[in-house]
Amino acid sequence: MAQPGTDALPLRVAIIGAGPTGYYAADHLFKRQGLVVAIDMFDRLPTPYGLVRAGVAPDHQKIKSVTTTFDKIAANPNFRFYGCVDFGKDVTLADLRDHYHQILYATGAQTDRRMGIPGEDLRGSHPATEFVAWYNGHPDYRDYQYDLQHEQAAVVGIGNVAIDVARILCRSIDELRTTDIADYALDALRHSRIKEVYLLGRRGPAQAAFTNPEIKEVGEMADADIIVRPEEVQLDDLSRAAVEKSQDRATLKKVEILQGYALRKPTGKSRRLISRYLVSPVELIGNDAGQVMAMRLVKNILIAAPTGALQAKATDQFEELPVGLVFRSVGYRGVPLPGVPFHEKWGVILNEKGRVLDPDSHQPVIGEYTAGWIKRGPSGVIGTNKPDAAETVTCMVEDLARGAILHPSHPEPSAADALIRQRQPNCFSWEDWMRLDKLEVAMGQAVERPRVKFTRVADMLAALNR
Amino acid sequence: MNIASILARKGPKVFTIRPEQSIRAAIASLAEHDIGALVVVDEAGKPIGIISERDIVREAAGNERVFSKAVSEIMTSHVIVGTPQDDLVSVGSTMTEKRIRHLPVVDKGRLIGIVTLGDVVKAQRDQYRGEVDTLQIQIMEEQT
Repeated sequence: MAQPGTDALPLRVAIIGAGPTGYYAADHLFKRQGLVVAIDMFDRLPTPYGLVRAGVAPDHQKIKSVTTTFDKIAANPNFRFYGCVDFGKDVTLADLRDHYHQILYATGAQTDRRMGIPGEDLRGSHPATEFVAWYNGHPDYRDYQYDLQHEQAAVVGIGNVAIDVARILCRSIDELRTTDIADYALDALRHSRIKEVYLLGRRGPAQAAFTNPEIKEVGEMADADIIVRPEEVQLDDLSRAAVEKSQDRATLKKVEILQGYALRKPTGKSRRLISRYLVSPVELIGNDAGQVMAMRLVKNILIAAPTGALQAKATDQFEELPVGLVFRSVGYRGVPLPGVPFHEKWGVILNEKGRVLDPDSHQPVIGEYTAGWIKRGPSGVIGTNKPDAAETVTCMVEDLARGAILHPSHPEPSAADALIRQRQPNCFSWEDWMRLDKLEVAMGQAVERPRVKFTRVADMLAALNR
Repeated sequence: MNIASILARKGPKVFTIRPEQSIRAAIASLAEHDIGALVVVDEAGKPIGIISERDIVREAAGNERVFSKAVSEIMTSHVIVGTPQDDLVSVGSTMTEKRIRHLPVVDKGRLIGIVTLGDVVKAQRDQYRGEVDTLQIQIMEEQT
């Protein structure tokens, strides 16, 4: 029998999830000297690119340009894309074990962590990820409704996602109209009555998770002022000592930008982005109809952990903030995949360096791997998934060398193709996506936008005359 | 990035030893698992110390009978522990300054993992590599 990984029998790899990590893993596999690999990439959506399409903010087109790198990887003749194919439903783990030598899960962190406070489920309180997916035209979220008739909104958290949500809420229609934001979202935001958006950080400015370009950007919005309280961005003794010791230039710059904002006078723009620090929501307060009306905040101080990390500790000072809309962005976690061992606490697939582990024996499960956010939790930028995927691919190649792979009864690519098309006749190939992409870009050109997205699977099928 | 992101891909394994066990047993465990330190735990599984290969070497340099000593006689008992939410910049600088190579991680008093200086360096290296890669792509895109 031929050795898998050769011309006679290419190593067959299934990648679940067409986000950045999946492409980086495919790239690492293709670039391995002496390894012949044939990759099928699956996504439950018809469209590829994961969070680059459905997560990265529409006013950050430059970041989305990373897709040109992914397109080059997808152009490899040994790469196939199967969009609109749901793992666990359209194809099962048993199906994949029957057709591939190795399976790689790269499904990302699809859901929000909860705040764990009373009132969290009141009407008007939403996970930030759903709002992000909504304004980016994700088919699963395009019919969600957000009541933008309130004048005050709060975003809990100060990572880049939180700041994206706050910025989109504050942008003028003229700023948004030139992006690829979903049409219905543009329309809803056109009628938005939001005046004030609070961005709430539980720790101080030196610990804020957002990056400097993002905080700088919100100081330059066309029709929204940035408001920062001077007393909240003065460094406490612990933070000052930490910053002075590390001399970390990015943190120094971040604090400098925020202290600069604190000196600004409001210029009378229509909206205000109010960036608060050292506060945590302890309760959402609703009216009789179950609608959020206000948020109770506790003031925090910072304390040093034994490792030197600064953590927020609640005081006994409270305040109430009138808000009708709340988005929580306090962390993300993965969603378990059917039949795949999951670590509930971390919200990731149970793994060691990317090898999926059996939950009882803690030994690797042969042929199953993971990479990206579903492997390590949500951290870093898009490119962080490249070294992460490399670590997993190294394990995959090592295991191939010692014969610890699956032995599928149908390793020939045509068998998998036939099975997938039978299970999901509406599946999208890479060529289908390329055609859809051209149509979206052409629709965009007509109205001077980067693209106009299809946001319903039925519309995507119809556009391809299917 | 925080300690949780390291533990998530390290697997749940953390090797422990009891204080009354011998140094011989500690060495056997270090060799078997190819690691540099063991967390010393009490009956309840609570970390009460750490014993590293360096602790053992230092003792062995002046004591031929090191093997039969108890772990409790040599271990470092003032052990610094981390929590999953501790950020890696602080953790890395504290480990470097205090010359700590192994940091037990506890959650609500329970030992849930161990992080080495190598783990922290690797996580930070990967983060910086990722940032550089993402920035390069954006710059190249701007030039085309």
